[in-house]
Amino acid sequence: MGVGIEVINLNAWYGTNHTLQDINLHIPANHATALIGPSGCGKSTFVRCLNRMHETNPVGRVTGTVRIGDLDIYADAKPVQIRRRVGMVFQRPNPFPTMSIYDNVAAGLKLNGYSNRRALDEIVEKSLRNSALWDEVKDDLKKKSGASLSGGQQQRLCIARALAVDPEVLLMDEPASALDPVSTSKIEDLIFQLKSQYTIVIVTHNMQQAARVAEKTGFFLNGRMVEFDSTHKIFTNPSDKRTEDYITGRFG
Amino acid sequence: MSQVHLQPEPSEPGGQQPTVTTAPVVSAERRFLLSRGNSVNADRFFSWLMLLCGLSIFVIVGLIAFELVVRSELSWHKFGLSFFYRSFTDPYTHVTTFWDPVNQFFGARPFVYGTIVSSLLALIIAVPLAIGVAVFLTEMCPRVLRSPLAFLTELLAAIPSVIYGLWAVFVLVPILREQINPFLIRMLGWTGFFADDNPTGLGYMSAGVILAIMILPIISSLTREVMTAVPHSQREAVLALGATRWEMIRMGVLRNARIGIVGSIILGLGRALGETMAVAMVIGATPEIHRSLLANGSSMATVIANEYAEAVGDMHLSALTEIGLALFIVTIIVNFFAQLLIWAVTRGTPAQAR
Ligand SMILES: Nc1ncnc2c1ncn2[C@@H]1O[C@H](COP(=O)(O)OP(=O)(O)OP(=O)(O)O)[C@@H](O)[C@H]1O
Ligand SMILES: [Mg+2]
Repeated sequence: MGVGIEVINLNAWYGTNHTLQDINLHIPANHATALIGPSGCGKSTFVRCLNRMHETNPVGRVTGTVRIGDLDIYADAKPVQIRRRVGMVFQRPNPFPTMSIYDNVAAGLKLNGYSNRRALDEIVEKSLRNSALWDEVKDDLKKKSGASLSGGQQQRLCIARALAVDPEVLLMDEPASALDPVSTSKIEDLIFQLKSQYTIVIVTHNMQQAARVAEKTGFFLNGRMVEFDSTHKIFTNPSDKRTEDYITGRFG
Repeated sequence: MSQVHLQPEPSEPGGQQPTVTTAPVVSAERRFLLSRGNSVNADRFFSWLMLLCGLSIFVIVGLIAFELVVRSELSWHKFGLSFFYRSFTDPYTHVTTFWDPVNQFFGARPFVYGTIVSSLLALIIAVPLAIGVAVFLTEMCPRVLRSPLAFLTELLAAIPSVIYGLWAVFVLVPILREQINPFLIRMLGWTGFFADDNPTGLGYMSAGVILAIMILPIISSLTREVMTAVPHSQREAVLALGATRWEMIRMGVLRNARIGIVGSIILGLGRALGETMAVAMVIGATPEIHRSLLANGSSMATVIANEYAEAVGDMHLSALTEIGLALFIVTIIVNFFAQLLIWAVTRGTPAQAR
């Protein structure tokens, strides 16, 4: 089951570049939330702050509060614990090329010392079914490597890998940006199914996609959150002029 | 009309400009380029020249091999393959030897043994260290220290081996003799690999340690190279699953780089197998086989270097050359595989490039 995310006065820097400025928002549990905005406005940086990946960058710095469920992730926990609870799918598929499909999916659990074979088999199958990849790979789970799949299959494999550790929150940074329309719609279907069980945050450049999958949408501009509201409101009747300009294609 | 043409028109650029630009004028640069010809011959000459340079490598290698084969003919005709394993018992003294220039009996077994034992020892010592150095340099070292340290390790590879040999004789061997060997004998003497019967401090162990120091920079700098070739996204993928830093290095970096790491280890092995000077100075140079790693021995490269100049008779020379031939073949094969593996990784398979 997913949990909600509360972001309070979040600021982030790359060196001296003040990338995120005073972000405040509430991401509801068990819903999909889309983040849109022009390239370079800080969407990726924002989602990376939600699982403390931002600080893995040698020049990355964060201040402010992020609460996931009851947990203040910057005050009460270690990054490793957070990342086990908050799964992430990256913009470009990054399966482990030296591992089989099975091992790719099981990687997160094996990493944390999980070794029950039977249970592992079940989890791998369930995750691959959830990511709509099972039927395509079930015959050579242990024969084929993660790198032997197509780009779209690789991305779904990465989603399965993230699902296998049963996260409470799933962060997806433009998961479909490198994919063809068929793979894209598979991933959208997937988000649609998954959001009843997980809290999903999805970054996208594709506004139809945001409109299709997300209940809530946030619009970022130059490191600030300009507007955050129900997707319907954002796309039909935005309160802010800049949001309107962006979604009607006047800039960005 | 002709008078108009004879007028010095260019002196009035303003009025004349439109006609000048619309006329199909061939510019000076263009005329120059058109006059250059198509350079086919120069090109052809150049590619032949380069081909020749490329071929010269094969020719040189071929000539070396040919010469080694011809000059070792006497030996392999007489001893055949048994050259590499047979021993010989002196009819008068009943002493069993492998290598006896006086009685003109030659067998390479102690040298093959010494080469293998010292090289393996070197790998056992150097590989963990080298990987540790590479991991430290790529993943943990503060940025400011990274380049100087990497530069220093690479510099180690450039030191002439005779210098390593000298250092080993004056520093390493005494340390082994006085501190480390007694300890090994006390702790591990029961295994039979560390016998207390060689007071010199020379032997397989000294050779192995100095070889380890010599191949460390090769292995670590190549390992570093293949580790840096692992894309950043692989590290992030592991971290995002909740990995600790060490797990990230193991699963995201070392695992992806392992083929290249194996390649760099094999390359280090190739260097160890052929290393002559430093080993000759510390291995003890006795054509014997001992189980104890602390005993004196010899190696293929060592025996050639030590005995070639004062070889007694053609058969002795020929036997030494045959050892050289064997070493030549083995090192070529080893290096070939090493390069192949490293190339396969740093070139990047499509999946890793992503
Ligand atoms: N690794 C980095 N080092 C330094 N600055 C960075 C780094 N990554 C991003 N930035 C800067 O932070 C700002 C926000 O980048 P971010 O990647 O969050 O944008 P984005 O909204 O995800 O853009 P896109 O839609 O193109 O992915 C950019 O101005 C960029 O210059
Ligand atoms: Mg981005």
